Amino acid sequence: MNRRLSHLERLEAEAIHILRETVAEAARPVMLYSIGKDSAVMLHLARKAFYPAPPPFPLMHIDTTWKFRAMYALREKAARDAGMDLLVWQNPDARAEGINPFDHGSAVHTDAWKTVGLKQALDHYGFDAAFGGARRDEEKSRAKERVFSFRAAGHRWDPKAQRPELWRLYNTRTSPGESMRVFPISNWTELDIWQYIHQENIEIVDLYLAAPRPVVEHGGMLIMVDDDRFPLNGRVPEMKSVRFRTLGCYPLSGAVESSATTLPQVIQEMLLTTTSERQGRAIDHDQAASMEKKKQEGYF
Amino acid sequence: MAAPDSGPDSGFAPDPLIATDIAAYLERQQAKKLLRVITCGSVDDGKSTLIGRLLYDSKQIFDDQLSALEADSKKVGTQGQAIDFALLVDGLAAEREQGITIDVAYRFFATDRAKFIIADCPGHEQYTRNMITGASTADAAIVLIDARKGVLTQTRRHSYLARLIGIRHIVLAVNKMDLIGFDKAAFDAIVAEYRAFAAEIGLTDVTAVPISGLGGDNITTLSANTPWYAGPTLLGWLEDVEIISDADQSRPFRLPVQWVNRPHLDFRGFAGTISSGVVGVGDKIRVLPSGRTSSIARIIANGGDQPSAVAGEAVTVTLADEIDCSRGNVIAAAGDPPQVADQFEATIVWMADEPLLPGRSYLLKLGTQTIAATVQPPKYQINVNTLDQLAAKTLELNAIGVAELTTAAPIVFEPYEDSRDLGGFILIDRVTNATVAAGMINFALRRSQNIHLQAVDVGREAHARLKHQKPAVLWLTGLSGAGKSTIANLVEKQLHRMNRHTFLLDGDNVRHGLNKDLGFTDTDRIENIRRVGEVARLMTDAGLIVITAFISPFRAERAMVRAMMAPGEFVEIHVDTPLAEAEARDVKGLYAKARAGQLQNFTGIDSPYEAPEAPEIHIDTTRLSAEEAALLIVDRLIG
Repeated sequence: MNRRLSHLERLEAEAIHILRETVAEAARPVMLYSIGKDSAVMLHLARKAFYPAPPPFPLMHIDTTWKFRAMYALREKAARDAGMDLLVWQNPDARAEGINPFDHGSAVHTDAWKTVGLKQALDHYGFDAAFGGARRDEEKSRAKERVFSFRAAGHRWDPKAQRPELWRLYNTRTSPGESMRVFPISNWTELDIWQYIHQENIEIVDLYLAAPRPVVEHGGMLIMVDDDRFPLNGRVPEMKSVRFRTLGCYPLSGAVESSATTLPQVIQEMLLTTTSERQGRAIDHDQAASMEKKKQEGYF
Repeated sequence: MAAPDSGPDSGFAPDPLIATDIAAYLERQQAKKLLRVITCGSVDDGKSTLIGRLLYDSKQIFDDQLSALEADSKKVGTQGQAIDFALLVDGLAAEREQGITIDVAYRFFATDRAKFIIADCPGHEQYTRNMITGASTADAAIVLIDARKGVLTQTRRHSYLARLIGIRHIVLAVNKMDLIGFDKAAFDAIVAEYRAFAAEIGLTDVTAVPISGLGGDNITTLSANTPWYAGPTLLGWLEDVEIISDADQSRPFRLPVQWVNRPHLDFRGFAGTISSGVVGVGDKIRVLPSGRTSSIARIIANGGDQPSAVAGEAVTVTLADEIDCSRGNVIAAAGDPPQVADQFEATIVWMADEPLLPGRSYLLKLGTQTIAATVQPPKYQINVNTLDQLAAKTLELNAIGVAELTTAAPIVFEPYEDSRDLGGFILIDRVTNATVAAGMINFALRRSQNIHLQAVDVGREAHARLKHQKPAVLWLTGLSGAGKSTIANLVEKQLHRMNRHTFLLDGDNVRHGLNKDLGFTDTDRIENIRRVGEVARLMTDAGLIVITAFISPFRAERAMVRAMMAPGEFVEIHVDTPLAEAEARDVKGLYAKARAGQLQNFTGIDSPYEAPEAPEIHIDTTRLSAEEAALLIVDRLIG
């Protein structure tokens, strides 16, 4: 009966182990759901981990109101299919002040809607463990991130307070006010994610596949004009065959020109490409080591 | 694969299949294996350069990262105009500013045959803690040596730590061969010295590869610079290493239960990751620690049923019978279950700034079990540089020691040698919730009462009932010459007259038989008492009143024996004689010998006596005669 597990089976088992460990030990877990490909994989893993029961925690989307319309559509469907509650949080202050990427810049926009919004939502619901889809291969400073990332009161990340993680043993204990961010797919790479989506036939937003879409050049990136809030200032969107390697707020997500209309073709392009995944994300260009600063402030 | 002359500009050319037939390529990639590796060595050995090289050669570095790297290399690199690969694995901004690295970083790269996770744990100060952490999940270790320096103290330290955490497969990467002109003789000498040391610490699977991280020699392809070397390349060796959880498949089946899945009344599944063995539907199983048996009804994984599962898979099983099973229990092969015990000897790596406090209650997490546990004073600490055993009262940050520990209730375990999942544990501070230590169980001091064996029909209560008495252990402790044996003898005579079934265990007598292999070092004294405790426990099981007369100088061991007995059964009796008085009596002439230096480790002279803090009975021999003392004890027992 002996057989060798493949690398994807092993990564899957590790993620499921982490999901179950959290559910067994945390008082109020939640899965942060961003509708991107990593979130899609996370949701799929959660459904497997607790099958035949539905995952025993809600999904929560920290909404910026600026996601692609296709993402909002999939969000509702994915939660329904999984039999899970969906919580949507929009920072009421950011909403009142009308924070947006065009008038306030990507840094202020992201901080208000995502960083502050996430803290508000976790405090509001009293979640003590939040699953996130961060991966160690995404960025240099993430290579040292724990699977269970400990956050002190106020969601502060202190590099010195992180706990050593040995074997499959995770210390999940928190005191009131403290919480854990839990990253079950820490050890996956971008290629693993795509291969797994392909192997498991996981539903993803079709923005990941190439199609003719209206785009304009904006801030050095190709930006899709997804709704009429985009200040065109006389520019005329061009129809181009593009796809997205990462999805976030549409005005901040750079498209790449591509003819890859199937998943294998996307993987093919990725394997033959020569630029890293995060380059399509405006937030990283702000400053060196920016992710780490964001993390200390409470951004995922 | 790369061209034979692996210069800095080479690397893996993308597999041609990617461009021509992506479907076929993906099909082949699904069967890739996953290997976890730890790199041991310091920046001086060229470790960061080697890791950067592996990432670069396996095409994990993209153009945008590469241009940033080239710019950085010219600005802060150490390689002149050439690329400084070490900068690729540089981490947190704070570290970059301080020029130090303080933690374990995980790097990823893949070849066509395998995906690799490399635990990179730099830093000198925190090395032990970081390396143990990184190595705890590793299948293999790369031990890096600077060819110009040969086998150093730190090489030995790293290898010892790797062995301690259970890594069996080592590749010795003799680096910077370019700087010694690819000299075969120098390489051979280093390898011979290392092999001799490795054999001493029980590392038998060692492969040595002469490399240059800077030039890429023998990393992915055999180098023209070492025509005399015919072994595998570094990456080739890594691709072929046996993975621990694959090896674990040939061990007996164990499934530590993480979570009970109960979506509705008709389904009760036990979810967990199989730590060893294989399991099939219909297999007979036993749930530990209860010992109840049943068989596997269903195995659920991947959103459906499957006929079998193997070590490493995360599954949910259902059982044919409704038996108690919850988180922390272990479902195991019925005929070959793991042990259950509450006292262990373990090797402990201390990981917190605050030192170990023997006797303090920590939380112990092992597998899916979390329970209160106390650690006794270490038997010894290990100097990781010389491997010497040192006396120690506690363990400080980064110290490794061997100590006994007790859990508040029996836990299911296996020795760490057999199972990382059921033999490795962490200790958690109950107040700060910090992970303060990692430990590896060496063996159990006492198996708890045959929990997974056949229950005996004639139990301890039955034995005692027949004798019309309540079993007890009258434990006399005190200095040599205090009068323990005399009093014990009088107590037994009196109880015997009262038709009580008794047995006297006397220190000197036991040392002539059962314990004649033991001396008087602290370790031997502890073992002496442990054995006597076990014998006394068997005798109370048989319904006897046991009287013991042992110096038993340490509180911890007396506490250990007390914990072995049923509540109320252990009666600690301090036969209290001042040292001067005992020495003045010196019935056996031992104090004189000890004072003359002819006896080592003599209690009261050059070995401590820890008086009981709250004994059940306190006998002041300066005020009571032996007869009066015996009467007092019998009165307290019977009255």
